Amino acid sequence: MKIEILGMGCPKCKKLYENALTAVKELNVQVEVVKVEDIQKIMDYGLMSTPAIAIDGQVKAAGRIPAPDEIKKWISAK
Amino acid sequence: MTKECLCQANEIVVFPCSGGSNCGQIANDVAVHLTEEGVGTLFCLAGIGAHIPGMIESARSAKRIVAIDGCSVECAKKTIEHAGLTITDYVDITKEGIAKNKNFKLSQQDVLFIVKRTKQELAKER
Repeated sequence: MKIEILGMGCPKCKKLYENALTAVKELNVQVEVVKVEDIQKIMDYGLMSTPAIAIDGQVKAAGRIPAPDEIKKWISAK
Repeated sequence: MTKECLCQANEIVVFPCSGGSNCGQIANDVAVHLTEEGVGTLFCLAGIGAHIPGMIESARSAKRIVAIDGCSVECAKKTIEHAGLTITDYVDITKEGIAKNKNFKLSQQDVLFIVKRTKQELAKER
């Protein structure tokens, strides 16, 4: 499984990245968490607001910072 | 492309139907006007119709979702609702007294009138 944190690298993006790491750690699962800061790749997802989170290429949220518990639900549902 | 941070909430997103009539194209022009004035942000209705998750989630985070339909067929309204989004502000241009036709030489007076009407809707508390 791969989680992408999409954003240009501002504090909100960093917070979402931390939340994703927390979720993965608390579930104790093998998941790759990567930051995507390339605007072209972000736009390729059709995103018009960030930060955003995508799990295995599927955008789960955009323009807000989901809490670790919400991210854990998405991971568990996969 | 300039490196511009998208990390700010699109508080007001605007979806024009952009349909194949004068009224549809007035809707598009109105959305462009509102974006250029900084009132809201023009969003892509086709992306919502195509169920592009990035676009739907980007719109979902907005505080106000504005739909501007050219006519009472309500394509913008129906497309947005089909994607599970809730419209907060709605304008139907034919109901504002502009007749639908195929003349694409748009009246700027009509465009500015609908810009004004949309702003009046946005001035209401939701």
